[in-house]
Amino acid sequence: MIFTDVMVIGGGPAGMNAALTAAESGAQVLLVDKFQKLGGQLVKQTHKFFGWADRGAGTRGFNLAKQLAAQVNAHPNIKTLLGYEVIGGYPDQTYLAASWEDHVKISAKKAVICTGAAERMILFENNDLPGVMGAGAVQTLMNEYGVLPGESFLIVGSGNVGVILAYQLLQAGAHVDAVIDVLPKLGGAYWVHAAKVQRLGVPLLLRRTVLGVYGTEHVEEAVTAEVGENMEPVAGTEMHHKVDVVALAVGLMPLTDLFQMLQVRTEYIPELGGFVPWHDELGHTTNPNVYVAGDAGGIEEATTASLGGSIAGLVAAKELGFPVDENRIQEYLRALSSFRESSLSKKVLEGIERMRGDSNA
Amino acid sequence: MLNVDGVPTLDDVMRNFPSEERLIKGFVAVHECYQDIPCNPCVESCPVHAISMEKLTTPPVIDFNKCTGCGNCVASCPGLAIFLLSLKNGSAQVTIPYEMMDVPEKGEKVDGLDRYGRKVCEADVARVVKLPSLDKTSRTTLVTLEIPRELLPVVRSFRRR
Repeated sequence: MIFTDVMVIGGGPAGMNAALTAAESGAQVLLVDKFQKLGGQLVKQTHKFFGWADRGAGTRGFNLAKQLAAQVNAHPNIKTLLGYEVIGGYPDQTYLAASWEDHVKISAKKAVICTGAAERMILFENNDLPGVMGAGAVQTLMNEYGVLPGESFLIVGSGNVGVILAYQLLQAGAHVDAVIDVLPKLGGAYWVHAAKVQRLGVPLLLRRTVLGVYGTEHVEEAVTAEVGENMEPVAGTEMHHKVDVVALAVGLMPLTDLFQMLQVRTEYIPELGGFVPWHDELGHTTNPNVYVAGDAGGIEEATTASLGGSIAGLVAAKELGFPVDENRIQEYLRALSSFRESSLSKKVLEGIERMRGDSNA
Repeated sequence: MLNVDGVPTLDDVMRNFPSEERLIKGFVAVHECYQDIPCNPCVESCPVHAISMEKLTTPPVIDFNKCTGCGNCVASCPGLAIFLLSLKNGSAQVTIPYEMMDVPEKGEKVDGLDRYGRKVCEADVARVVKLPSLDKTSRTTLVTLEIPRELLPVVRSFRRR
């Protein structure tokens, strides 16, 4: 049994920041991640980050991951447990973490859960044919393992994940046939991300969906069609794309299994990506020993995940009795609200309002 | 169109374009950042404080008269949405941030592309530099193209032959 004050589950931007602020406050921290390397989704990002220049903006994602991991590894109060996935949580604040070889029991007074999100999939003919994969899977293979999983790609979904993937594929020397979206306009990507991909010659095809993929042993062709007002494919508008990978960037959903196991109330909030643990601005859930930060609490982005992690780490330490400067918490909260003043945060704010409102009903 | 595909029209671009008088003096930065992204590295990267921002979530404003055309903001912009333009010595030039592996060489002939990647001219690579950005460990390549004068507001990309 490993005993710790605070266990942080997930080593992405939210989790690393939560571990750091809790440890800086004096708590003993155990940071658990199922991968062998810290960084979460940051390690896959080659673009320079948006946000405040004095909070890491302008720095490429994989470098932000390295910087944070170096701080985590240098902190005497933080122990890391990598290659272990927390698969069980029990009412007496014990947890079970398993690797491929063994398992360990953990007793943690507080748990900050930063498990992030999983990719959504969509239905079309033969979508189980090899070559159909999540955009994140393509990024993992390409950017973490140095394996380009195909030569020619069709990307489904024009949110930031889809257009960033298109750009990274061009950087890796692959051909990107097109980015398609079923919506009549760009599906949520920053305009600048979409513009930099289109000026390199990648077409953005709107109001278009995948009908199916075809090939004997793997994808050799994808067929797409325009959709009408009712979102049904329009006959005669089919396009045949000679691609060997169809990458799905059709959205993310928070990973909430652990919250449900820990009796945290979850709410279905479409604006936040699906089921999310009810939580307040400090990361409290309905279980007093369980906190949340990052995409696990609602799909947003890395800067807000980092700020949320910093807040939850401080709050968990404070509630264990460690001395915490209240001004630091307030400062992170102010940063979070000034970041969310952008119209781009409108949907997330509506989701948060709906989630908190539901709790009063 | 911006609110359809994220790409600015020529009208959008010309609404905030340096005067010919300024362009003749040499390089000046222009941005194509039209959304209220919470982001400010351009402001921080400018050594002469020519870029300002009301708050984090408003698009930047570039003072064309203060701007010296150094290119630091071009190298620092996370959206690759800042370019340098010049009409000095009768030569129309555009500087483009370039993050692909196949960096062209000075003197090379390339295809000049518009904002949709369509070929609109032939262009000569006039200069290739690597500038430090706010990310201390990674520099950004800036490629300067000499292009036909009338295409100064149009060419924002290129393709090697």
